[in-house]
Amino acid sequence: MQLRKEAVEVVVQICDRYKDEPSPLMLILSDVQKEYGYIPMEVQQIISAKTGIPVSEIYGVVTFYNFFSLEPKGKYVIGVCVGTACYVKGGQNVLDKFAELLKIKPGQTTEDGLFSIDNVRCLGACGIAPAVSINGKVYPKVELSKVGSIIQEYRTIEQKAMEA
Amino acid sequence: MANKVTIYIENKPYQVDEGLTILEAAKTVGFYIPSLCNWRNHDCSLASCRVCLVKVEGERRLIPSCAYNVREGLHISINDPDAVAARRTSVELLLSNHSMNCQACRKNGVCELLDVSRQVGARPDQYHGAKTPTTLDEVAPGIVRDTSKCILCGRCVEACKKTQGIGILGFQNRGFNTIVGPTENRSFNNVPCIQCGQCTLVCPTGALMEHNNIPELDEAKREGKIILAFAAPAVRASIGEEFGQKIGTNSTGKLAAAMRRVGFDKVFDMNFSADLTIMEEANEFVRRFSQHAPSPMITSCSPGWINYIELNYPELLPHVSTCKSPQQMFGAILKSYYAEKNGLDRSKIFVVSIIPCTAKKYECQRPEMQVDGVRDVDLALTTRELAQLIRRSGINWNRLPNEDFDRDIIGDNTGAGVIFGVTGGVMEAAVRTAYHILTGKEMEPVDFTPVRGLENVKEAVADIAGTKVRLAVTSGMVNAKKLLDEIKAGNVKYDFIEIMGCPGGCINGGGQPYVFPPMLPNEDPDIWETYREKRAAVLYEEDRNKPLRRSHQNPDIQKLYKDYLGIPGSPLAEKLLHTTYNTKREQYPDVTPETKPVTK
Ligand code: SF4
Ligand code: SF4
Ligand code: SF4
Ligand code: FES
Repeated sequence: MQLRKEAVEVVVQICDRYKDEPSPLMLILSDVQKEYGYIPMEVQQIISAKTGIPVSEIYGVVTFYNFFSLEPKGKYVIGVCVGTACYVKGGQNVLDKFAELLKIKPGQTTEDGLFSIDNVRCLGACGIAPAVSINGKVYPKVELSKVGSIIQEYRTIEQKAMEA
Repeated sequence: MANKVTIYIENKPYQVDEGLTILEAAKTVGFYIPSLCNWRNHDCSLASCRVCLVKVEGERRLIPSCAYNVREGLHISINDPDAVAARRTSVELLLSNHSMNCQACRKNGVCELLDVSRQVGARPDQYHGAKTPTTLDEVAPGIVRDTSKCILCGRCVEACKKTQGIGILGFQNRGFNTIVGPTENRSFNNVPCIQCGQCTLVCPTGALMEHNNIPELDEAKREGKIILAFAAPAVRASIGEEFGQKIGTNSTGKLAAAMRRVGFDKVFDMNFSADLTIMEEANEFVRRFSQHAPSPMITSCSPGWINYIELNYPELLPHVSTCKSPQQMFGAILKSYYAEKNGLDRSKIFVVSIIPCTAKKYECQRPEMQVDGVRDVDLALTTRELAQLIRRSGINWNRLPNEDFDRDIIGDNTGAGVIFGVTGGVMEAAVRTAYHILTGKEMEPVDFTPVRGLENVKEAVADIAGTKVRLAVTSGMVNAKKLLDEIKAGNVKYDFIEIMGCPGGCINGGGQPYVFPPMLPNEDPDIWETYREKRAAVLYEEDRNKPLRRSHQNPDIQKLYKDYLGIPGSPLAEKLLHTTYNTKREQYPDVTPETKPVTK
């Protein structure tokens, strides 16, 4: 994959921003994640070339922290709680169902760029376990049979927007 | 001299150097505390494996001895029952996430993990639990990675970064899913790895090893091929170690005898083609030097180094000599001159090279390395693989006689060829012959010592009948990078540069026997510091004892030119002995199903 020229410039600028820092990597990666939304291989290579830090080390940091992602997030980020309470109440099954219906794994994004799934560690909504949040909206006590209709809800919104 | 301090181990006093860690200090007075993540003393200490725990008076917890410095009056107990138990637990925990099939593991016999397990008395099946998903990368020709054997010690990460300055390997993911590997868990083929194998030299387990090519040899035997083999200079300086001989033992005679007994149809000394390389390379240098284009010229016999420049400095490739490496030259001559003179069918010949190098496995598969569609070299086996062949053939190394390598229109060799195996050797050999080309006389004395030794970068000026030739010699890519950056910046200080991929040259190649001091009870405790010198000394001594020490005096080489090639650089020599480079190699080529490691 080739990055657009402007994208390359953004990354280069971010690197330059921290060129006097003794350990700039985390600062650079945070800014790239915020401004760009994700940190693909090509971006890691640019950061490596600018900083002299091996790509393998950058990749190690990106895969260590949940905050960073290697792929773009979907328009709708589905967070399925697999904290203890939700897990006990079947959170994992809910997660699997979303994955099955969307044909992606947690951490991935659907091809149309609409959905991505994250497994999250406790949304702080243990009373309504298993809980799911989509772009901040919380769905309580999600049953397996409801998963399909939740997804459909967003597809419908998108369809309407297209028609309008 | 460092200041001395007194420490106590089990209440007995010992004088040790200040500034050492407990682990190092204990070693100097005769104790090997088990250790895994620590490596070459200070070079790496993540203090992550916890197998080096000891009790230190005044400390509440047990202390990782690799990360704690000695001081005056320190009381240490290695044999404290809690420390003993803790070290054993650390190892047992590592084993609980390890694919334990020692019997079928190629590392068995030279495995540090197994050795340490025995040392601490690890018990089987102490901890049960899920195992981390594993990756097996057998895609690259040079080296393979099997994370099911990885103990996450990080030594390879440090080796690649510090000795090669490349940093292919890193920790990725987190917690239970942590693995060590190239970015995106790719194959070594899809990252800018030069396949030098330096990481395999430090891996304490079977997680990183050379690609095992012995099955292809058996296949060729079954097909009834004529198997012609030759061994590189550096192999004689180390193969004895595989059979318990001391580091620094010359094994040329036993090596020839063993190769013959393994069943190769002919066994040659690769010094012959090293001499041939010098003929081509020295002539190429003299030509380029007089035309000043492009200066400096850089040697080309180390395939790890060629990988490095192709992947990182393709714009400097015009500086690299077009000579094939001695391995490839030998193959090309066997399948042309040798085959024709002996009436052999080229397609029936199977050429095997025995080399100290994992990158040569890559090199012999390169598309450039064939003549009229026939590969120069069919198989490259490392020193370690040859040792395995010898072992499985039931050969008793100690009882092998000393024999000579074959001579059959080719094969004779000089002292100039043998020093190819050590940093500075190619340069010295080239200077001996370039002197002759430029002056018609012989250089006296024949030794050219300024390029010897293991310093990072050696500089010298050769005075050839009043003409000053500026030389530089380096090995290891950290050092090479410095020289390349200068050339790139237009700062030309040299006329001729020798670069070898591995630090110290082929004697320290990635396919050489492992040097794990705790497993070498008959070596000095500082063997890590001295093994390269000892191996190098073997080659310099063989050079000194040879009747002929200049490549151009090799009678078989003279005959080869007279009867077949004509002169160095002739059209036939160009066709057989020279090559081109890939200026378009991608650092991170797209991963395809064929180039993806297997994960489970
Ligand atoms: S790496 Fe060592 S401990 Fe592990 S299976 Fe191989 S020989 Fe046994
Ligand atoms: S083979 Fe060499 S370049 Fe490749 S990972 Fe190992 S040390 Fe690094
Ligand atoms: S591959 Fe070998 S050297 Fe590297 S971390 Fe794993 S066990 Fe250690
Ligand atoms: S050797 Fe000390 S913690 Fe690994």
